[in-house]
Amino acid sequence: MPESFPISGTISGNRALQIEEPLIFELGSDGRLGVDLPDPAPVDEDRLAGCRRQGRIGLPDLSEPQVVRHYTRLSQKNYGIDTGFYPLGSCTMKHNPRLSEKMARLPGLADLHPFQPQKTVQGALEVIDSLAGWLKDLTGMPAVAMSPAAGAHGEWCGLMAIRAYHEDHGQGHRRRVLVPESAHGTNPASAAMCGFTVDPIPARDNGRVDVDALKAKLGDDVACIMVTNPNTCGLFEDEIIEIARATHAAGAFFYCDGANFNAIVGRVRVADLGVDTMHINLHKTFSTPHGGGGPGAGPTVLSDKLAPYAPLPFVVHGEGGLRLVEHVAEAGGAKPFGRMKGYHGQFGVFVRALAYIMSMGSDGLRQASTDAVLNANYLLARLSDVLTPSFDGPCMHECLFDDRFLKDTGVTTLDFAKAMIDEGYHPMTMYFPLVVHGALLMEPTETESKETLDAFVEVVRGLAFKARSGAAADDFKSAPRYTPRRRLDETLAARTPVLRWKPGANATAQAAE
Amino acid sequence: MRYLPHTDADRRHMLRAIGVADVDALFRDVPDSARLDKPLDLPRHQGEMEVERAFARMAMKNLSAGCAPFFIGAGVYRHHIPAAVDQLLTRGEFLTSYTPYQPEVSQGTLQYLFEFQTQVAILTGMDVANASMYDGATACAEAAVMACRVTKRRKVILSGSLHPHYRSTTETALQYTDMKTDLLAPDPMGMEDLIGRVDSQTACVIVQNPGFFGGIKDLTPLADACHADGALLVVAVADPVSLGLVAPPGAMGADIVVGEGQSLGVGLGFGGPGLGLFATRDRYVRQMPGRLAGQTADIDGKRGYVLTLSTREQHIRREKATSNICTNSGLCALAFTMHLTLLGETGLTRLAEINHANAVRLEQKLRRIKGARVLQRSYFNEFALYLGDEVDAAVVVDRLADKGVLGGVPAARFYPDYEELVPVLILAATETNSESDMDALVAAIEECL
Repeated sequence: MPESFPISGTISGNRALQIEEPLIFELGSDGRLGVDLPDPAPVDEDRLAGCRRQGRIGLPDLSEPQVVRHYTRLSQKNYGIDTGFYPLGSCTMKHNPRLSEKMARLPGLADLHPFQPQKTVQGALEVIDSLAGWLKDLTGMPAVAMSPAAGAHGEWCGLMAIRAYHEDHGQGHRRRVLVPESAHGTNPASAAMCGFTVDPIPARDNGRVDVDALKAKLGDDVACIMVTNPNTCGLFEDEIIEIARATHAAGAFFYCDGANFNAIVGRVRVADLGVDTMHINLHKTFSTPHGGGGPGAGPTVLSDKLAPYAPLPFVVHGEGGLRLVEHVAEAGGAKPFGRMKGYHGQFGVFVRALAYIMSMGSDGLRQASTDAVLNANYLLARLSDVLTPSFDGPCMHECLFDDRFLKDTGVTTLDFAKAMIDEGYHPMTMYFPLVVHGALLMEPTETESKETLDAFVEVVRGLAFKARSGAAADDFKSAPRYTPRRRLDETLAARTPVLRWKPGANATAQAAE
Repeated sequence: MRYLPHTDADRRHMLRAIGVADVDALFRDVPDSARLDKPLDLPRHQGEMEVERAFARMAMKNLSAGCAPFFIGAGVYRHHIPAAVDQLLTRGEFLTSYTPYQPEVSQGTLQYLFEFQTQVAILTGMDVANASMYDGATACAEAAVMACRVTKRRKVILSGSLHPHYRSTTETALQYTDMKTDLLAPDPMGMEDLIGRVDSQTACVIVQNPGFFGGIKDLTPLADACHADGALLVVAVADPVSLGLVAPPGAMGADIVVGEGQSLGVGLGFGGPGLGLFATRDRYVRQMPGRLAGQTADIDGKRGYVLTLSTREQHIRREKATSNICTNSGLCALAFTMHLTLLGETGLTRLAEINHANAVRLEQKLRRIKGARVLQRSYFNEFALYLGDEVDAAVVVDRLADKGVLGGVPAARFYPDYEELVPVLILAATETNSESDMDALVAAIEECL
């Protein structure tokens, strides 16, 4: 019986544990069920105002075993912290404790509705209040807005409080915001959402803010400065106190982007640096899972001046327990700038962060930031002779290299990163920050052992030597080879966007049409 | 400490390799005046047992939904989540991965986002959906900004049927911009005239269907009126389970659909995190905020997925971006898509029918209460109940809680300034409500009046 089979490769296209997986829309078969539900009670006359859906929805029907296998196979195409070392600079990919997951799933915390009578959720309000207390203590700041849903949302929160303050003090003309060129893209985007204009500040050769340039730009139309500290190059802004002093003298506020707070927790309180407001990424500093890109949380600490403008809702201590303030009229004279999202903040993230903080304690948190800085400096020390560090001196929690070491090799930062994938590592952050050429930003975090770092160093050194041997450019260009998919055509994706499956779509050739 | 692998010997060895005497040398750039020399005077580290005990104590102070006849909705709905959802969600490759910036090692995340986008587009009757936003309220605010960008107009009309948190979040988002909101009074009767307010300055009208007070409307005439004046219609959906039974906004002429995805897969979670749904027409894709997964091919020609159209986003466009959002609600989107995949066409349709039937059954039972009436003729799984003249719904809800019944939300909790809403109670019924739950609620309300 003549049957066709490939001479090389496999018949299925699978490669052992790498199993091809179709879309759910290609797996369904009408009439299957993944959930058994009772028959609905008969309704004499529906209350749908004549708006009953006509015809099929168009969703596929799958059984539970199909669904479980589908998502299990998809998970196997992902790299996570649980898989291996993930030195993605500025993202803080550290171990996510499973105790935090367990606590977040306690029915007494998970199965609560945000609009239950407040007396039935005193324990939940206590979680919010306890976490708020820790965040205030660790930063030395008097107030914290808990509702921001992410870092960028927290930036917006701090800037809105600043704008509200200025409006309230006859300073509404202050619309200019000074932002270093090395800032994350969310900083200018958040400023724009508050009706501010962005004025960039250059960096000095040592990777820090040019304080003289900053001072020259201060004026009575400046609402605030936005400075990331430690900054996006992984360096502590050594003139931070002078920056704060000059900013305040000009009648402006100091917004600190707290994305890198994990480097200094327990060793520096930002209040002592003159910061007026800062967001804290709970999904970085306090180890709540990144979840493939969210959800996170971005509580934002506020100084005494800005605290009255904190958004709704917030928890206060009242007679008979904790109370959630949901309206201006209940705010006791405060002037909240509004509401940032639905309900009471990212509560599930709060539970996880609090479980982490309580597990670590003040001693553990300080040791964590210390070890994070130690690990980054260890990588810096062990790689400096083969890669090209962008700046001298010790770094904080991440170390920055540029692509000078790849000069004339034909290998780019991107190629180098893709080669790391084949070696079993998630690449470092590439091409960010923008202030150095071909940036490679490595953040090892404190949860990696010395053995892991040593093994990684050997691989990076090997790759650097290989690149510089001059004969391996093609090899780098064709990496990765051992992943479920090799380099993907991003230009095609953007030029001919295919953003959803459609009935009749060809499984293999749709994108190439 | 269990999360920190270094031994003291490791630390000493590493300091030697770095070439410094002690770790403080690495912090030399920190000004002396800001250095803390020892741990802050706060509680020290604890083992798992101690932490579990502390959380158990806090959890015990709450009355969880599963321990009470439970009828609260108002934007967050309690649906039964199949066991497989949470079991799969905790797989480390999903839980502990980052944004899929390196697509070769993120095909799992990218494929489920592509499937999620497709499901949301299908469900809402729209062409295309993004990979999710923070929640329904922020998605609504983003839709207002997008509509202004598309129409180059500045006026946003917010219906009285729209969730109050969506309204206030949108107002907050616009308050320091040149965009303005036209805020209608809360509309418990479903009587407001939106068509009469649309004019040539209007960027968009934002309505919710089914409305916050329950009512369902055919929005086609409103869509036509918007389009005649060059405005967009934005429709919010608070419980996507309703789309198993109610005609989708896309079929009624919506230009943007936003919604809260929490009711599928995510659970109550005290209201967060959730996930914002955001769908629109193909022609507006490049004006859309938020992350998008797209299909492409790898160098071997195999189908694969990447994040795409990122020139809309902040990391490229900075202050000119469509939004400052830098994330989505990835894990919640995964929960949503897994729950919806398990339900499928058949399951979602049946689930929606059960919800509607339970709400109808609850209304029938509530008729026993003298003086009480459901305010609108139409609803899906939630309605506003007028409890009677002189009745304060907040007092009733408080007394119900004393009896261990979580019996809805008083409308005045959202609108304390509207006297006429004092007697109004918002009640939701889902598949989780048994006949005896309903009887317990009705009996308890009668006792509390």
